[in-house]
Amino acid sequence: MPKRQDIQKILLIGSGPIIIGQACEFDYSGVQACKSLKSEGYEVVLVNSNPATIMTDPDFADRTYIEPLTVQALTEIIRRERPDALLPTLGGQTALNLAMDLHREGVLARYNVEVIGVRPEVINKAEDRKLFKEAMLQIGLEMPRSVSVHSVEEAWEAQRALDCWPVVIRPGFTLGGTGGGIAHNPDEFEVICRRGLYYSPTSELLIEESIEGWKEIEMEVMRDKKDNCIIICSIENLDPMGIHTGDSITIAPAMTLTDREYQQVRNASIAIMREIGVETGGSNVQFAINPNNGRLVVIEMNPRVSRSSALASKATGFPIAKFTAKLAVGYTLDELMNDMTKTTSACFEPTIDYIVTKIPRFAFEKFNGADTTLGTQMKSVGETMSIGRTFKQSFQKAMRSLEVGRAGFGADGKDAAFERLSDDDLTAAIKKPTAMRIFYVRAAFRRGWSIEKIFDICKIDPWFLEQLQEIALFEDEIRSAKTLDGLTLDKALFFQAKELGFSDRQIAWILGAAEDAVRAAREKIGLLASYGRVDTCAGEYESKVPYFYSLYRPSDTVLANPTEAELADGAGVKTGKKKIMILGGGPNRIGQGIEFDYCCVHASFALRKAGFETVMVNSNPETVSTDYDTSDKLYFEPLTLEDVLHVYRHEQCDGAIVQFGGQTPLNLARSLEANGVNIIGTKPAMIDAAEDRKIFGDIVNKLGILQPPSGMAQTEDEAVEVATRIGYPVLVRPSFVLGGRAMMIVYDEAGLRKYMQDEVAEVSPDRPILVDHFLADATEVDVDCISDGETTELCGIMEHIELAGIHSGDSACAIPPPTLSKEIQAGIRTRAIALAKELNVIGLMNVQFAVKGDDIYVLEVNPRASRTVPFVSKATGIPFAKLASLVMAGKKLKDLGYTELFVPKHFAVKEAVFPFARFPGVDVLLSPEMKSTGEVMGLDILNSMAYIKSQVGAGNRIPLRGNVFLSVRDLDQTSVVPYAKRLSAMGFEIYSTRGTSTILRDNGIQTHAVFRISEGRPNVLDLIEEKNLAWIVNTPSIGAAASADEAKIRSTCILRGIPITTTLDALRATVEGLEDMNGQFGVEVCSIQEYNRHSPKISV
Amino acid sequence: MTLQEKWKSERERKAYLALADGSVFYGYSVGAPADALGEVVFNTGLSGFEEMVTDPALAGKLVLCVASEVGNAGMNVTDMESEKIQVAGLMLSELNKDSNWRSEKSFQEALVQDNVPAIAGIDTRALTLHLRENGAQRGFICTSGSVAVEEGIERAKAWKGLEGTDFVEKVSCQEPYEAEDSLVYGYGKPETLPPADLHMVVYDFGVKRELLRKLRLMGFRVTVVPAKTSAEDVLAMKPDGVFFAGGPGDPNTVNYGIETAKKLLGKVPVMGFGLGHLILGIACGAKAERLKFGHHGGNQPVKDLELDRTMITSECTSFSINEKSIDPKVLKVTHRNLNDGSVEGLKHLQAPMVSIQFFPDAASAPYEDESFFSRCRKLILSK
Repeated sequence: MPKRQDIQKILLIGSGPIIIGQACEFDYSGVQACKSLKSEGYEVVLVNSNPATIMTDPDFADRTYIEPLTVQALTEIIRRERPDALLPTLGGQTALNLAMDLHREGVLARYNVEVIGVRPEVINKAEDRKLFKEAMLQIGLEMPRSVSVHSVEEAWEAQRALDCWPVVIRPGFTLGGTGGGIAHNPDEFEVICRRGLYYSPTSELLIEESIEGWKEIEMEVMRDKKDNCIIICSIENLDPMGIHTGDSITIAPAMTLTDREYQQVRNASIAIMREIGVETGGSNVQFAINPNNGRLVVIEMNPRVSRSSALASKATGFPIAKFTAKLAVGYTLDELMNDMTKTTSACFEPTIDYIVTKIPRFAFEKFNGADTTLGTQMKSVGETMSIGRTFKQSFQKAMRSLEVGRAGFGADGKDAAFERLSDDDLTAAIKKPTAMRIFYVRAAFRRGWSIEKIFDICKIDPWFLEQLQEIALFEDEIRSAKTLDGLTLDKALFFQAKELGFSDRQIAWILGAAEDAVRAAREKIGLLASYGRVDTCAGEYESKVPYFYSLYRPSDTVLANPTEAELADGAGVKTGKKKIMILGGGPNRIGQGIEFDYCCVHASFALRKAGFETVMVNSNPETVSTDYDTSDKLYFEPLTLEDVLHVYRHEQCDGAIVQFGGQTPLNLARSLEANGVNIIGTKPAMIDAAEDRKIFGDIVNKLGILQPPSGMAQTEDEAVEVATRIGYPVLVRPSFVLGGRAMMIVYDEAGLRKYMQDEVAEVSPDRPILVDHFLADATEVDVDCISDGETTELCGIMEHIELAGIHSGDSACAIPPPTLSKEIQAGIRTRAIALAKELNVIGLMNVQFAVKGDDIYVLEVNPRASRTVPFVSKATGIPFAKLASLVMAGKKLKDLGYTELFVPKHFAVKEAVFPFARFPGVDVLLSPEMKSTGEVMGLDILNSMAYIKSQVGAGNRIPLRGNVFLSVRDLDQTSVVPYAKRLSAMGFEIYSTRGTSTILRDNGIQTHAVFRISEGRPNVLDLIEEKNLAWIVNTPSIGAAASADEAKIRSTCILRGIPITTTLDALRATVEGLEDMNGQFGVEVCSIQEYNRHSPKISV
Repeated sequence: MTLQEKWKSERERKAYLALADGSVFYGYSVGAPADALGEVVFNTGLSGFEEMVTDPALAGKLVLCVASEVGNAGMNVTDMESEKIQVAGLMLSELNKDSNWRSEKSFQEALVQDNVPAIAGIDTRALTLHLRENGAQRGFICTSGSVAVEEGIERAKAWKGLEGTDFVEKVSCQEPYEAEDSLVYGYGKPETLPPADLHMVVYDFGVKRELLRKLRLMGFRVTVVPAKTSAEDVLAMKPDGVFFAGGPGDPNTVNYGIETAKKLLGKVPVMGFGLGHLILGIACGAKAERLKFGHHGGNQPVKDLELDRTMITSECTSFSINEKSIDPKVLKVTHRNLNDGSVEGLKHLQAPMVSIQFFPDAASAPYEDESFFSRCRKLILSK
């Protein structure tokens, strides 16, 4: 059946800010859906609060709303746009939940909007534990024995009925299992049940028998309305049941099943699709299999595209999201052609002749005190994927793709910490599921432990253990060559090492040689990587889609009369166009995520349009950059010198862009350059110069720009000396960091000494500690600017809402700056331009300033794309990353049409989104160290409303009335008075701790005094417990570490979902917003195409 | 073998596959030290290697597994489609030790036991592309170490190939037998079986056990007869239906089968798949011709033209019925391959006969595997 003619306008909902459990995979799927629907001639209306997404680029939908993902905002958009249909299956759980809310509240019926892709009843049946279980029993499938409960008492009853430990607690309708866990004893049980009940929007828990240690299998299934069902990919978790699949190392295809078992799983997946009623699109079904008897139980199904479906698409080349969109508008699979071959049907099951490994990336180091044990609640912030000819090759590549400083699976000189444990400690470390467990497993193999012994401890399938053992022990085989020369003479052994995935760095470490020497030796004997093609069909049909991974091919094959297609399978074909390589950012982490992928994708789009051939290298399966049609060529490879250099030479690129992918490619820039890579844009030396305190200090002095006094130290005493000289408070940090790792403000000598002792051990010795005087109570300003060497101009000035001292990635900021005077803005512009010229910037540059009174200080300069580029671009409607990429390729801003700073007439506010809820007990305190995972944008004609929207979008549901708790640090006691007055006038009941309440009373404001937590009861926690508080304003005390009271207040708020405001500036913006709303929660919505209709037209 | 020994042997790369066109693919031996001639084909399955290598339809073939990691689930007797490994030889990327609760021996042990050569570590992608571009090839696999490469190429060239050889003869049973439940079921026998109220005689052109299971599940009592059993002898058994099983090789060489089919048509409901389908097609006047590189693997999309539904099927065939050779008054095309449009199913317009190219017994979705056998049953009952 062809596409539907009875619908014209389709509303698509995105997944909002990047959070744990919902990352850029939904940008990837949303982009595919937008493109697919538009190409079919539909009018697409898109809503997403996340400005860093590619999908919210004005070209991808006809109307794009960057508005909070709430029922109110959506209702307004629907009222305004009157779409015929709503497609909710491509925006993760957020979109699905929102669609359900709109359905339940009658909005969809009122405006006659049809939900396509999945019916609300289906969503309900898949997500409601009880209904789902009934459905499974109906079709003869087992689920873990379980009971659904709605209170702690019922939970205990259920536990007694199951009569076993451990017990799994799963809250209903939450993302990535928020609030759930495995309880091994009554104490844990009580805690997890209470938390789960709180998080479940339906106050529902599932108490279930534990199947920890079983095999975990995922199936990606597609079904169309003719009931054609296909399996796109099977995925097996290396980590057995008990760890959230998002936190598990996973392998595609499934490795350890017999065909009987596989077919059983396959049949069950299809039966589930039918029973639940998913009629058009992709779903993910998870199973557990008892390794001892094959008992199969269903875990869950997601009736939508997911993180796993993105992985499956990248792993096989089959675009699940794109086809999900096509099926939703009426096509059937047999009417669609395979996108890779273009000549065969899309109604088939992909086959692959390689192994795909996904490894999650964590950020525990950012959250002091967070529980690093992995369980049923997802904690990872990103993931990396790699493709290899064999499991071993793929696994080793994935290990180095992870960018945690490892050159592969061990054998790189970084295993001492794992290997030195006592047997007992090692056993414990292998038993406890953590991100590092795999390295302890390796250590056990090095110690000579058997597969059986390790299996008994960790339950990782012996098949995987066997493979890991071989990698772990092969180190000695390489060492048997004694020297690099020895290895070079034994080419077969060298080849075998590469086949087993050993990187040049590992080989270098094993043989005590330099990495460069290993590469040179390898090249000398002609041992070079080849490239394999990802084509959905393992070469059965010809594919021209250039999507590649590296492998080592035997050189002894003799081909008689090879055809051109055979020879061209490994890429590297010349087209006559200039080739530009773009290096992506690798796995998402805090401080390096979708914003950089946005820049890379834009670079590729712009350069392709300008007639260049683009070659993308990246290892992150969630991203748009690793979609096969984003660039002319895609190499799914680790971002290491060895792997990148190979691609560059194989493709004979003309230049490489390193300034868009965040710190990852920047770290490679110098060594790439040294190996003959033509880095285009700002030279790596200049990027380094900006990081070098001395050189940069000289530049700043020469330009006559103020900088907070600073110094460098290599020892504790030196640091104290510097701090005393420049004056406390001081900002301390190791040099060369991204996202403010280990960065802190200290207020006295004791704090500084503690910092040096606790944090500095982890900083590499050749890089000193930087000590800056901290400008307390200054306003921080972020500036992006662009330069082609001739013309230099700002992209935008962003004023931070939080005061200086909070990492720029974590603070809300506004365009245009709401409070900075014209003179200050002009001063900022002059200084930024002078800096860009001095650093010979070609491309983008980000500068952070602090404004104190009339003084403008420069804090930091980064001559590269920054996290704020997408935000500035969306706020102004000018595609700066595209402009910058063209500038790097030699175009001039004058010709491209951008020569003057454009200041929009509306306001745009960016707010950060944090993962604190995932890490109970961690202090919710913003600091110079970045902790946010994502961002949202609020757009409005009024600055205050833009701020409120940003808060609502970020999940900070500021109330219109109710009880507000005010507790401010001494310094703010007087400043808070006017705001308290205004709140009181709007009808808020004010509660506050003693200090604050005294001042408020003195100023004639009615307030209820409450005890501090340490003083007695009722205290603020009691108020929160009684759910009496609608909003908390708590500015952290200056001085040493935040007091325990404050930490507890903030943590509880986050866990309870109570909005919290932590700076007076934020309070001011909120109060103004509330006043502007005048007691009505009316949200005015407007598309960015409308907002940006006055922006200069730049055609790139 | 210690790991060190394993690594060492992998480095030596003395085993090879030589093609008649002169191409040579090297690797290391992971099966029996033996040499064999065969038609080289690739198989795209990602699981089910134990079923695949024991399928009699693959007799005479040197099979390349495109999947990266093979043998992970080991071998167990109940999953085997016949008593032994039937492929002439195996080429693959990595052969692993077994890790599955049902495994009885490793894949390597099974290969050695049945004296089947296998090569790992060859460039599987290059071989796949070479076969894709040049079509299936005659090949010589050598893991004995006793035949020089040049000689191997000559042997491949000299081999007459599938066309000349009747492989059915080699795999067919010698005596008729009843397919007892105990023979049919090992793992996964359902709690209740339907009464076996219809009698089906199966011509053994290369019977695999899954076919017998599926027939039993559909309520058939099954008698398996040797491929050369006469039509008269079969009719004397008074069967409710006669099934032409799948099997190896070139259907055009199975003259006796074609003749029997002609005699049975119209006298008794006749069904078939795989080689049996090709034989029935030829018996009805159509021609079976070589496909460029055949359909081998578990992901072939086939559309049921009557139901307008697509199923993912498992196939291993080098031949197909040429649609142009079909007399539209006699045969109707009921199924078609979505990838290359080739004929996948036939229905006789005058006599009770249905047949399909793909394996109805390949485990697949509930709807998919039930359909052909329920059609068979309906055909018999509507007679």
